[in-house]
Amino acid sequence: MTEQGNGTHSARVDGHRATVLTGAQALIRALEELDVDTIFGIPGGAILPAYDPMFDSKKLRHILVRHEQGAGHAATGYAQATGKVGVCIATSGPGATNLVTPIADAYMDSVPLVAITGQVSSSTIGTDAFQEADICGITMPITKHNFLVTKAEDIPRAVAEAFHIAATGRPGPVVVDIPKDVLQASAPFHWPVELNLPGYRPVSKPHGKQIREAARLITQAKRPVLYVGGGVLKAHATEELLALAELTGAPVVTTLMARGAFPDSHTLHLGMPGMHGSVAAVTALQKSDLIVALGARFDDRVTGKLSSFAPDAKIVHADIDPAEISKNRTADVPIVGDCREVLTELAAAVRAEQAAGRKADYSAWWEALDDWRTRYPLGYETVPGELAPQYVIERLGKIVGPDAIYTAGVGQHQMWAAQFISYEKPYTFLNSGGAGTMGYGVPAAMGAKAGRPEATVWAIDGDGCFQMTNQELATCALNNIPIKIAIINNGALGMVRQWQTLFYNQRYSNTDLQSRRIPDFVKLAEAYGCVGLRCESPDQVDSVIEKAMAINDAPVVIDFVVHEDAMVWPMVPAGLSNDEILAARGQRPDFDEGE
Amino acid sequence: MRVSEHEMTTTAPSHQTHTLSVLVENRPGVLARVSALFSRRGFNIESLAVGPTEHAEISRITLVVNVEDHPLEQVTKQLNKLVNVLKIVELEPASCVRRELILVKVRADATERQHVLATLEPFGGRVVDVATDSLVIEATGDNAKLEALLRVLEPFGIKELVQSGLLAVGRGPRSITDRSLRAVERAA
Repeated sequence: MTEQGNGTHSARVDGHRATVLTGAQALIRALEELDVDTIFGIPGGAILPAYDPMFDSKKLRHILVRHEQGAGHAATGYAQATGKVGVCIATSGPGATNLVTPIADAYMDSVPLVAITGQVSSSTIGTDAFQEADICGITMPITKHNFLVTKAEDIPRAVAEAFHIAATGRPGPVVVDIPKDVLQASAPFHWPVELNLPGYRPVSKPHGKQIREAARLITQAKRPVLYVGGGVLKAHATEELLALAELTGAPVVTTLMARGAFPDSHTLHLGMPGMHGSVAAVTALQKSDLIVALGARFDDRVTGKLSSFAPDAKIVHADIDPAEISKNRTADVPIVGDCREVLTELAAAVRAEQAAGRKADYSAWWEALDDWRTRYPLGYETVPGELAPQYVIERLGKIVGPDAIYTAGVGQHQMWAAQFISYEKPYTFLNSGGAGTMGYGVPAAMGAKAGRPEATVWAIDGDGCFQMTNQELATCALNNIPIKIAIINNGALGMVRQWQTLFYNQRYSNTDLQSRRIPDFVKLAEAYGCVGLRCESPDQVDSVIEKAMAINDAPVVIDFVVHEDAMVWPMVPAGLSNDEILAARGQRPDFDEGE
Repeated sequence: MRVSEHEMTTTAPSHQTHTLSVLVENRPGVLARVSALFSRRGFNIESLAVGPTEHAEISRITLVVNVEDHPLEQVTKQLNKLVNVLKIVELEPASCVRRELILVKVRADATERQHVLATLEPFGGRVVDVATDSLVIEATGDNAKLEALLRVLEPFGIKELVQSGLLAVGRGPRSITDRSLRAVERAA
């Protein structure tokens, strides 16, 4: 920006020289100062002033998407893969409302996201002006905070505060809405700016007394479980988690949002808990006498029927958001703090307990746990002549390996991607956990690849999800973002169909997408400038994945035509107790042994 | 005043009625953010009063809601997370002074005026406007006192009634704004 002479001049302000910039220039300059390198967006009338100085920026890469929802999810994928704040930009009215779904998605999954929206000119706000929408009002319940900037001079501070709020404490989305006349007005530009957020004071340091109490419970417990949520990834605390787990020898379960926070291959790992969790993980929580919840929130998909969840367990609940503690399940030991600091201090406190001769013995617990995981491993049925979707995903994980980033849409393929790929490293599985946003997979993969171009990025998507956001293939093809997409094509809205099979007497009302006939995904991929491949039988799976892995100069789409009746197991039917888990259809595990 | 002290126990709301004092930054949209946290959970705000404080940058919201303890704790924690909210204090009825203001337009011609004035007296109400066949009466007090006043004014004929939200302040020397002010001054 500074190298641009056009429209930029200096003036004496408050006795020193300050550069006078338009609001639009100040916005771009502030983003540059905040080390933003990538923005996803689409221009339009109200935001147009900002796109002019953006054209000259040497530091910002703007990726022109095909739908604002793609911009929002791409910014989310970028943030989840890099740990930095994701940025998206859109115009007023429909541009802004198209960001609503990804903003809500980022809010549910605590993703640091800044969404910049143009607004109609100040004088016309509230008049139902062309392309006007009250985006601050609309996003109030789905943002951590939002700003309607009313003066050009306030833009740098609003942007700086937005980034600070998005990235600190419990991360989340922040909207900065700027009217067109404010972008066009001029004001002195000062940087750095002082933040003015007297009411924003996230607590990161845990209380020492609670830490000691938690350590005491851990060393006294007979049947503990470390219940690990996405907060451990947000806090960059995976090494500290490994240290605590190995120090205590307690079993670990990782939620959908925490896959990769603890190596799947580690002997202490029991897998994912919840509605489609492993029998061992679900049952370990259910029969535990101590749950140490770390950056997790006792979501209904994890607890099942809340009143019967883990009836004998005491709860240690550590979270950076005080509002999560005792929200669903009352905590016996509440710990407000950043998971990294919590885990570090907790390990020290446990070491002190152990040094004082108080060491726990979990051997009887492990006998039971090992029995459950031996008898009820994750598995699936194969039907002769049909391609099992689980097999496709399992092979994909094996061939592609643990260094790649995997994204998923929402539904059966998402659960299989969580179950059948072995995640060994943090930030390698990105998905829409809280909101369950179909269509997340492709744009999130695009954002992850833009943020980490050296990584191989696979989107594992359903045929239903893919058709919600596949237009971003054009963005990927044109911007050298060579992601790879595995469409698990069962021709139906698979998870909904599964529920119809189990709970609605196989009445398949409006779940048949017929996407084996229309569209032709191979031709669609080719039309978008991508490589399209198809796989219809198990013996083709390895070779088609290897073929896709060899292509690095274009996005690749593989249409895996899979068995439509495959189901996700284990399953705790909605609203039931986790005691009612079914390992497979009609198969209740037998827990009598080892009790 | 006299009436209100007497009737304190009868007004004592059910244990589910809570009075919250919320100190917020004086900025547009803050009231909407605060009230939205109640409305999304289906809680009705029974009384609301917003106004300036001794510090120009801070406004004080006094809010009365009828909610059970557990959901209230969750709403309070969510309120605390709002960036523009500085502090929240729940005021217990026994340890705070609570006042509402009413303005009542009562039907009263010359013959009835004296009766109305006599009725007002024990309540400490004042006449603030007189017309040939009406009076506007101003009264303050807690909810029970004002309800009692309205009951005795009813027979004259109430033409119009407007009532403020509840204001409440803790008894004794402590101030809930002290520490919040420091935060604002530091940031300013």
